[in-house]
Amino acid sequence: MAKRIFEVYRGHEQSGQLESYTVDVDEGMVILDAIHRIQTEQAPDLAVRWNCKAGKCGSCSAEVNGQPKLTCMTRISDYENEGTITITPMKAFPVIKDLVTDVSQNYANNKAIPRFKPRPKDAEDGWRMKQHEVEKAQEMRKCIECFLCQDVCHVLRSHSKHEEFVGPAFLVRTAGYSMNPIDNEDRTEFLKERGGLGYCNITKCCTEVCPEHITITDNAIIPLKERVVDRYYDPLKSLVRLIRRK
Amino acid sequence: MEIREHHDHDVLVIGAGGAGLRAAVAAAETGVSVGLVCKSLLGKAHTVMAEGGIASALGNLRAEDNWRVHFRDTMRGGKGMNDWRMAQIHAQEAPDRVRELEAWGALFDRTEDGRMNQRPFGGHTYARLAHVGDRTGLEMIRTLQDHTVHEDVDIFMECTAIRLFVVDGRVAGVLAYWRPTGEFILFRAKSIVLASGGIGKAWRVTSNSWEYTGDGMAMAYSVGAELLGMEFVQFHPTGMVWPPSVRGTLVTEGVRGEGGVLTNSEGDRFMFRYIPELYRADTADTEAEADRWAAGDRINNRRPPELLTRDVVAKAIESEVEAGRGSSHGGAFLNIAEKRDPDYIRAKLPSMYHQFKELAGVDITKEAMEVGPTMHYVMGGIKVDPETAESTVPGLYAAGEVAAGLHGGNRLGGNSLSDLVVFGRRAGEAAATVAKRQQGWREIPTEELTSAITKALAPFRNKDRQNPFAIQEELQQVMQHKVGIARTQEGLEEALQEIRALQSSLETCSANGEGAYNPGWNTWLDLHSLLVVSEAVTLSALDRRESRGGHTRIDFPDSDPEYGNHTTIVSKTGKQMTTTREPVPTPPDDLEKLIEEGV
Repeated sequence: MAKRIFEVYRGHEQSGQLESYTVDVDEGMVILDAIHRIQTEQAPDLAVRWNCKAGKCGSCSAEVNGQPKLTCMTRISDYENEGTITITPMKAFPVIKDLVTDVSQNYANNKAIPRFKPRPKDAEDGWRMKQHEVEKAQEMRKCIECFLCQDVCHVLRSHSKHEEFVGPAFLVRTAGYSMNPIDNEDRTEFLKERGGLGYCNITKCCTEVCPEHITITDNAIIPLKERVVDRYYDPLKSLVRLIRRK
Repeated sequence: MEIREHHDHDVLVIGAGGAGLRAAVAAAETGVSVGLVCKSLLGKAHTVMAEGGIASALGNLRAEDNWRVHFRDTMRGGKGMNDWRMAQIHAQEAPDRVRELEAWGALFDRTEDGRMNQRPFGGHTYARLAHVGDRTGLEMIRTLQDHTVHEDVDIFMECTAIRLFVVDGRVAGVLAYWRPTGEFILFRAKSIVLASGGIGKAWRVTSNSWEYTGDGMAMAYSVGAELLGMEFVQFHPTGMVWPPSVRGTLVTEGVRGEGGVLTNSEGDRFMFRYIPELYRADTADTEAEADRWAAGDRINNRRPPELLTRDVVAKAIESEVEAGRGSSHGGAFLNIAEKRDPDYIRAKLPSMYHQFKELAGVDITKEAMEVGPTMHYVMGGIKVDPETAESTVPGLYAAGEVAAGLHGGNRLGGNSLSDLVVFGRRAGEAAATVAKRQQGWREIPTEELTSAITKALAPFRNKDRQNPFAIQEELQQVMQHKVGIARTQEGLEEALQEIRALQSSLETCSANGEGAYNPGWNTWLDLHSLLVVSEAVTLSALDRRESRGGHTRIDFPDSDPEYGNHTTIVSKTGKQMTTTREPVPTPPDDLEKLIEEGV
């Protein structure tokens, strides 16, 4: 058993500081285990959000040495050669307390996406779809709503455009609906206006932090951008629309 | 502290996993006002962790499958303890509920001809589980969550219900607190649906999260509801055993459904030695037959013994470890690498692949996993009416894991997700129908409210006393070692005393800091529920002097027909918890014949 020093953010949005805790570390422990050990042995009021502890629910997101991470899937041994391990709340969201942030904006963004709307059934018992047809959407639906991509996205993190830009997680969600072979809804206007898709300049930071390894930029955002471009900026289609309108 | 916030709804749903979300949608569709209270953020409830699939007799792979076969499998798996009518409703309605999920946007894996694919699972005669790789629960909760947010439902996230109120013999409301602020909130409702899940956090080794503290059962019990079959606790055979920090984390039954085999430290495929008489005719008796089945010939071969019901497989692993044939960390070996190629494994079991790679440093496409039993599910819970899901307290409904009856003494894998949507919907509809008939809301007596709040804030008045986490850990040790997978009279009696002692020491706990997002205080509140359900499990286990399904007594290792005719009921008499026995409902002749003779 080795001793490690953790510096953990304690406080609220307005004021707070890093506090130092020495923790006994066993083989295989993850960052969330260390937080729990601090909680049970030293600071029962240390706030952290968590549920499944198996990388499936996306609750325990925080920043470890400044990097957005799921704390339940990040092993302490990954930081063997670093001294103190610093754990801070996600920077892109207001802090409620300690490591817990206010992520309610994300739920508002999700609600704004036009809902799934299926085409009429193919048969009495439902629809027929081939496995290869559903796989693109299935990749998007792996999202566990950890919001790490929202946290790392500079549009949100550095420029706080939470009102103007729904962020990578909800572009993934939109892509998940739109790539569903039986979906019949048109979300192009949503993407351009409320979604703020234009704010994304495809730096791929979101793809790098996704614990589900969703290729957010290439497989979700770029195809959605192409749809918006086709609709609003394709000169030929614009001309057709102009003529039709008249 | 005063109550700053009051809300009135026709129907209030407590819990936002599969059952709660489905209930909320069902109620909202009838036009009543609906509130949905969830302990965590929306979409994080335990349903998200379900892996293998949702069971329903769609018959997409085998046309011979139908509700009768599913009903029979469920009854046999439950070892005679099921409520037959719930099992019938469940088997009949599950296919429509699964198709409905697809209509709401769920994208299940497909068959060659473009239908929903179905996977074999323990105790199911045919491949029956619609699935999405090994993340079926995520697909289901996200589909239901996104459907619900577009319905007229008020959602209260990170809000914990702590006390139900009954006025003039009907449920009238619930007291809750906001986790982020610690402030109290009073909900009045004409009917309340409990969909708050199970009790796993009472055990040391469990696949359940911190939320699973039996709040719904304990609150219902305290207002007079009966709890049924609490001795039946499911230990899932395959939890991770190494490293220590992930001990108990679930390894899906889908690994065995996809062909994974269990071996001991001597390389023996031991499940062939543990086939019970009940399943002998349906189970392969040689490795060659099992392998032919796994390779795809399911017509001419019988299922491998790894796909026996969970109670059987869990006990077999436990016996092998006891006999000194366990792995170095006290489990068995589960190997899929020998049976399937790496691409197939990564496609069908992606989250298992990542889970072992990232948490244990094991590549499951090359090496065996080390697995052992982990507390996973409670078959027991609130006793409900099979048609409406109403408890014995008027106006109080229960659906999903918090309710009892469907699964009897042992639940089949995949029957939980279908349970959630079948009975979630029924509970929501029935609760709304009754609420519509009621004018106005019942007034909750101020003195009851004040006393509940004063009690809830007690640990802040105690300074420098016991840490709630220490009590939680003690309880988990007691339940793990004395009310675990194998029980004895002596151990259970000791456990009962220790649980009651912990109930008293709870009053000497203190909480530091303030009410806002304070895990120490939150744990203290949860412990009240956890101790009630722990006592209920222990008392029920003491009363059943036999072994059956998820209840194993070392001192009474066999099933006793005398005990096969009654269930155990826990209820509150004065301030005491008492048990009584009640006959298991007898199915009509045609269904009885179906169970015994097959379809």
